Amino acid sequence: MENLIALLIAAPLLGAAVLLCGGRRLDAVGHWIGTLLASLSFVFGAVLFFDLLGKDATDRTLTQHLFSWIPVEGFQADIAFRLDQLSMTFVLLITGVGSLIHLYSVGYMEHDERRRRFFGYLNLFLAAMLLLVLADNYLLLYVGWEGVGLASYLLIGFWQHKPSAATAAKKAFLVNRVGDMGLSIAIMIMFTTFGTFAFGPLLGSEETPGVAGDASEGTLTAIGLMLLLAACGKSAQVPLQSWLGDAMEGPTPVSALIHAATMVTAGVYLIVRSGAIFDAAPDAQLVVTIVGAVTLLFGAIVGCAKDDIKKALAGSTMSQIGYMILAAGLGPIGYAFAIMHLVTHGFFKAGLFLGAGSVMHGMNDEVDMRKYGGLRKYMPITFITFGLGYLAIIGFPGLSGFFSKDKIIEAAFAKGGTEGWILGGCALLGAAITAYYMTRVMLMTFFGEERWRNRETASPAEPNVEPAAEHQGEHAEPHPHESPSSMTIPMIVLAFGSVFAGALFSIGDRFVNWLEPITGFEHGHSPLSAAAVTSSTVAVMVIGVAVAYVQYGRRPVPAVAPRGSLLTRAARRDLLQDDFNHVVLVRGGEHLTRSLVYVDHTLVDGVVNGTAASVGGLSGRLRRLQNGYARSYAVSMFGGAALLVAATLLMRAV
Amino acid sequence: MNPVNYLYLAALLFTIGATGVLIRRNAIVVFMCIELMLNACNLSLVAFSRMHGNLDGQIIAFFTMVVAAAEVVVGLAIIVSLFRSRHSASVDDASLMKL
Amino acid sequence: MSFPLLTATAALPAIGAVATAAVPAARRTAAKWLALLFSLATLALAVVIMVRFDPDGDRYQLTESHAWISEFGVRYDLGVDGIGVALIALTAVLMPFVILAGWHDADPLETGSKRWRPTQGFFALILAVEAMVILSFEATDVFLFYIFFEAMLIPMYFLIGGFGDRAHEHGEEAASTQRSYAAVKFLLYNLAGGLIMLAAVIGLYVVAGNFSLPEIAEARANGSLDMATSTERWLFLGFFFAFAVKAPLWPLHTWLPNAMGEATAPVAVLITAVVDKVGTFAMLRFCLGLFPEASKWATPAILVLALISIIYGALLAVGQRDIKRLVAYASISHFGFIIMGIFAMTSQGQSGATLYMVNHGLSTAALMLVAGFLISRRGSRLIADYGGVQKVAPVLAGTFLIGGLATLSLPGLAPFVSEFLVLVGTYTRYPVVGIIATFGIVLAALYTLVLYQRTMTGPVKPEVSAMPDLRVRELAVVAPLVVLLIFLGVYPKPVTDIVNPAVEQTMSDVQKKDPQPEVEAAK
Repeated sequence: MENLIALLIAAPLLGAAVLLCGGRRLDAVGHWIGTLLASLSFVFGAVLFFDLLGKDATDRTLTQHLFSWIPVEGFQADIAFRLDQLSMTFVLLITGVGSLIHLYSVGYMEHDERRRRFFGYLNLFLAAMLLLVLADNYLLLYVGWEGVGLASYLLIGFWQHKPSAATAAKKAFLVNRVGDMGLSIAIMIMFTTFGTFAFGPLLGSEETPGVAGDASEGTLTAIGLMLLLAACGKSAQVPLQSWLGDAMEGPTPVSALIHAATMVTAGVYLIVRSGAIFDAAPDAQLVVTIVGAVTLLFGAIVGCAKDDIKKALAGSTMSQIGYMILAAGLGPIGYAFAIMHLVTHGFFKAGLFLGAGSVMHGMNDEVDMRKYGGLRKYMPITFITFGLGYLAIIGFPGLSGFFSKDKIIEAAFAKGGTEGWILGGCALLGAAITAYYMTRVMLMTFFGEERWRNRETASPAEPNVEPAAEHQGEHAEPHPHESPSSMTIPMIVLAFGSVFAGALFSIGDRFVNWLEPITGFEHGHSPLSAAAVTSSTVAVMVIGVAVAYVQYGRRPVPAVAPRGSLLTRAARRDLLQDDFNHVVLVRGGEHLTRSLVYVDHTLVDGVVNGTAASVGGLSGRLRRLQNGYARSYAVSMFGGAALLVAATLLMRAV
Repeated sequence: MNPVNYLYLAALLFTIGATGVLIRRNAIVVFMCIELMLNACNLSLVAFSRMHGNLDGQIIAFFTMVVAAAEVVVGLAIIVSLFRSRHSASVDDASLMKL
Repeated sequence: MSFPLLTATAALPAIGAVATAAVPAARRTAAKWLALLFSLATLALAVVIMVRFDPDGDRYQLTESHAWISEFGVRYDLGVDGIGVALIALTAVLMPFVILAGWHDADPLETGSKRWRPTQGFFALILAVEAMVILSFEATDVFLFYIFFEAMLIPMYFLIGGFGDRAHEHGEEAASTQRSYAAVKFLLYNLAGGLIMLAAVIGLYVVAGNFSLPEIAEARANGSLDMATSTERWLFLGFFFAFAVKAPLWPLHTWLPNAMGEATAPVAVLITAVVDKVGTFAMLRFCLGLFPEASKWATPAILVLALISIIYGALLAVGQRDIKRLVAYASISHFGFIIMGIFAMTSQGQSGATLYMVNHGLSTAALMLVAGFLISRRGSRLIADYGGVQKVAPVLAGTFLIGGLATLSLPGLAPFVSEFLVLVGTYTRYPVVGIIATFGIVLAALYTLVLYQRTMTGPVKPEVSAMPDLRVRELAVVAPLVVLLIFLGVYPKPVTDIVNPAVEQTMSDVQKKDPQPEVEAAK
């Protein structure tokens, strides 16, 4: 059974290789090859899942050792995989949602001439992501970690002819590289401290505890903070969050799969996986929770101000991952809930993004919500699935988001002390804002007047309007229509997940029991009773919805964004993060490199050239002595002879 | 025998010759000054020979004369051909061997 | 007496050089095929060396020894250790690609131009460089090494000065002036380094009485040859200076951007991927082997210089407007990593550094050769003259991206393995140096992706809209390199197996042990 693990990765990898090297011959069938191999991977995953279920709860770890990767004296890195409950959860999420999104893309990318390559990249992403969650040591995880970064780079920049897409892709890769630096430093510290970075000896298993806790707390805190830096990069957490909004330049299925459901949650995986390290480093854990709390508010505020439907959802993603990171920072009381929210979020956020893509598909790739409105009549399936996702994310009682988010808020209060109150308060506030901005998205898109009619009188064409609106004129009035079934089926499936997953996981604590052998679990002692937390969560949710309804449901939505308050304007600019980056990093960097180029040319090269020039000058002067006059040669001869005589006499005298 | 006076004379002749070589521009005069220096050396050689009572110095003096005669032949030939080509016997006009 | 395999491997390209040069002027194509044939035959012999080499055997294998100048104890001694085998293999692998990529680089210019371009000479010089590089990897006699170390400058000088890019924005005259400048600069820098080394070589002879590397190293190790501390340090500095010029290490690097910028792409590959490796190889073999104590004494200073090279080279690469100069500065950054790995004095660092030499050769070759194909199409080296190439020539853009990703050490490609080993090996002994060097990987991503973005993406510029995609000959150059990069990224074991024992030997030369982990992991 272990041998299936490698096949899990091999299937999409093969797909990527075939599709990218295959050439135009495969254009006609490429997308089906890609979808087939992704589904094959899902089937392998399902087989392994049922195999694990049949085993004893403590005996559910499978490992597969393929070969020795980097054998150097004292340094051992293997190509080896580990499948346990945690990675199994991810495998199912990745291959399941991944297969659905492959299917969706068949329809979504139908008119793109480079569709084969798109599927190649998607398969590459699946392979890298599976490698990330299945790796048995941190270095192999790092390969997957950068592999998904590469796939993300390729897919964000898929429409490379758009300079904005190419820039966004580069930005995503660079910001991620900063995070990757954290991961590589973390591995270096691990190797120096423990002599290994394999999960087995480091993190331990049921029977043998790992060595992770044996190091000094300072070392572990350093490792923890570096891992957190890595997680911040990949999961778009403050302060490395700036790339996610721009990443929406990629095709919508990419946003759904990579920048909502799977890749961006890799940071949560990393922290939960490294639980043994974080548990022994409380300071690092505290920083993790702070990062999570700050990001969940940051993303939510940004989400409130964006008029671009995908960017609003991106803000929301950032915020929801903030919840997961917060939970992961709480230690064993939060790990399982972080992963549970991750899975339910995978369902509803992927569903929301696919819904957004479906809306864009019907609206000539328009992304500005101010040019939507009243679409529920024209796109009933999209409306219903999107609506279910919406209810799930705001935590409507009974839907999946309700269960998972409620647990995280409860756990945050249970951290205890002032920290507990602050973190819990942030989480509650975040829930209110989530309800607000999601209601805003819902109302602006599907309700209200049909603002897309008579566009000519509205605003001039915006620069971010997708130029790929190839088959219709720029100003043609869109004809909203429902998407083809290859797109609606994945949306329906994900909507089912959004509705039922939470209940399925939570009733009887199934999910917690499933993960407990890996992540451990403690019941927190919350100063508030569970009922109090739940009712306040529902209450803030209702307040958020109500405020949004007053602002966007009762009054007509202006087709051109009003100027707005200072906070709104700042939030539209992603709370000025890019301005900061631009001034400090971009400008500063440009000045630095330009001055260094100058220094290299004048100073470093100048010193050498100067030496050469002075040697040349000296020899020039020496040359002038040879003036060609016999008498001056004679003088030097006589002078030399006189010197010799004088020297001889002097030596005699001494 | 005390050679001091001869040596003073030789030194005097040598100095006159050397000064002539350095300050005169006419090649013939420079040439004569070189001869003067050679003869100054001859004088001291002969004087030493007399002092030591052997013939070594005188033999060297003869050698010098022979070499000087040969040198005069070659040197004058050069000066004559130089004069033919440049219509001048000034040594400063013949500064062709510089860079 | 057994077959002199090492001599044969070096002699083959040398014979090839003579044979190629002797082809009549009209038979240009025949000369190219002949050169290619000889380089392939050399590759075959290099494979034989790899097979015959026993990693667990003696330190120097396949040895040959003949008296040469017996008055001074100079011998013709050849022998290879694992590091030498790896680098000979790299050289032999790259040469056919260099020749194939430069297929048209030395064709006569269009009618009307008076410049004479001896096609035969170009390929003969490349083979001559190959012969000398291989010999310097094989020589175990210090004087013999010195001769080839210097002699390879002559063909390189003519390759840089005589066969520049056809593409030049300021016309043929300016190109020729800049080419001569670059060639003379290359020659002067390396000659200066070489002369100082010559002084040190003579000094070594005075102290040790012979030139044999194994004998001197042995005598140093068992204490029978005592050197005064200051003598050892001066001799070390003499050797190191020459190698640092060749490697090149900051601040002795400024010849490299000129030389790589002006030379044709295949020659630029020859410079960084092959010739410069002699410098780093010699640091590992001669500096550490002959002067272990002085090496340890100089380590802090060298690490600082290597660190400056890493960051400085990367920052300058970001600021370049010329594609080839950008690759040159990127190489300076990478050489910083190699030197850092060598002088970190850990097994991981030195294995990583050796692996890095091989991988850097492959990755730079991939990137630079594709860049050369690109430049030959458009006739400009300036990044700003390109844009949107991806749309018109997707295969070219794709291979360019892979070359770039290899340069930024993407995991899964070969350079990652070596770069990580170097970083880990450095960190275990010098944590601060290791962490600062890690910033280099962010900068590497920056210059690579900026280059890719500006040239390949965005709207298609009118000048590039008719650009043809890679031709079969060009694909034959790039595809094997890409395959090698991926293969060695996933399965570097064949190389590490050869390299590891040699690195252990070097570690014992300098009498250093790896730092032990604080916490012993449960086995």
